[in-house]
Amino acid sequence: MATGEHTIKQYDQELELLRGRILQMGGLVETQLRMAIDCFEQADLRKADEVVEADERVDAEELEMARLVINLIVRRQPAAVDLRLIMGVSRAVTDLERIGDEATKIARAARWVHQKDVVIRTPRIRDIRVSGEAALSMLRGALDAFARLDPVAAAEIIREDKGVDEQFRLILRQLITFMMEDPRTITGSLDTVWVAKAIERIGDHSKNIAGDVIYIVQGEDVRHATPEQLARAVSQPN
Amino acid sequence: MDVSIEATVEQTKAGQDQVVLKAEVRNLSFYYGNFQGLKNLSLPVYKERVTALIGPSGCGKSTLLRCFNRIHDLYPGNRYQGSITLHPDQIDILDRSLDPMDVRMRIGMVFQKPSPFPTTVFENVAYGLRLRGLRSKAVLAEKVERALRGAALWEEVKDRLAQDASNLSGGQQQRLCIARALATDPELLLFDEPTSALDPIATASIEELIDELKKRVSILIVTHNMQQAARCSDYTAFMYLGELVEYGPTEQIFLKPTKKQTEDYITGRFG
Repeated sequence: MATGEHTIKQYDQELELLRGRILQMGGLVETQLRMAIDCFEQADLRKADEVVEADERVDAEELEMARLVINLIVRRQPAAVDLRLIMGVSRAVTDLERIGDEATKIARAARWVHQKDVVIRTPRIRDIRVSGEAALSMLRGALDAFARLDPVAAAEIIREDKGVDEQFRLILRQLITFMMEDPRTITGSLDTVWVAKAIERIGDHSKNIAGDVIYIVQGEDVRHATPEQLARAVSQPN
Repeated sequence: MDVSIEATVEQTKAGQDQVVLKAEVRNLSFYYGNFQGLKNLSLPVYKERVTALIGPSGCGKSTLLRCFNRIHDLYPGNRYQGSITLHPDQIDILDRSLDPMDVRMRIGMVFQKPSPFPTTVFENVAYGLRLRGLRSKAVLAEKVERALRGAALWEEVKDRLAQDASNLSGGQQQRLCIARALATDPELLLFDEPTSALDPIATASIEELIDELKKRVSILIVTHNMQQAARCSDYTAFMYLGELVEYGPTEQIFLKPTKKQTEDYITGRFG
């Protein structure tokens, strides 16, 4: 990757700002997600409000990032690695915003479950924590790979998504068993399914962000790549 | 760097583009007296495709372009090494026994500044044809009209054919020069920064024209405007200090160049 400075210094500053800002947005979303998982597990409804509030900031950040991206494209006509960085950031912003939405869904589900006091009859909350932590770790890893523009670490994150998907299927299977054994758990179980699904989607979005890192550095689009194609994309010299 | 034609031809075939060679530069070196302007470069030029030559000032892109119609012959002390083979008849353009005039009939050139001859619009276009010995007024008129239509200028000048060419606007003059180059039915057109003296609208009309022309002729264009290369070329060659650094499909050069020097230049990091 080209790392030298542009002849136009202002351009460097704008790209730096873009990179800094998406990591900041990532931090915001990461905190939001952690709060959402906590509030679901701990029945802390104040936290649910905070998660919803944080989502407004995330949405505002998405708009601001879109403005920065459009500005860079129209004023600088970026090419090669600069263009890939800007496109990668633009895509990652979309995924981050969606993660924010999923976190908000989790917080709303928590509010619903706990207000109805169906929590005693809501099984598998501990599994939600495990799966939530796994998705959170993927998000953190993807942001880390973004900060360091490290395609190898990014590929590792992409591989982790299988585990999160697997956990979702496990939770689902268990909840089905509960619901069949005791119909009174159906309401709580269904709410838990939404949460588990939201977490599974967060894994997918984090995987996309990791894919953006590989696109930026290696110029390879790995969104629908097989494991072999992924390994090849990462091993190419850049 | 040595770019082997075989490798690039193979690479291109691997893509979707079905291409035929129009010309190939092989191990070309060029000397202005003692100064070596081009260093052993090899490059394919594909038929009915636009190939852009980009690079910083002094990198040799115009020098390379001018080798194609032997303009360098006009000055003593200039020396070529290597070959430029024109397909399909496989003649070597640089062969000293070949008359440069014959080459220039087959290879037209358009310069940076519109350079109409100090005569009428009609005579500008008819010039090359008369040089070829064409005398029939009817045939001349027909060929001039066709060339002017080909250069998207006919509608604007059809009532002003007898006027002095210098009365035309800059963009029109440049299209007139393209018509002049087209009149002799060239196989290859060389453009040396054809729009650097034009405003954005005139530039757009030339680029539109290039896109139209490539259905019939092969085009080699030198440009300082990177966006122009990205917009109108199919293949791009990046040159630096007389060497060919990288050659490839334009999309690849602008999205994921393989050489750091190319990337630095394209992204504006060239110090």
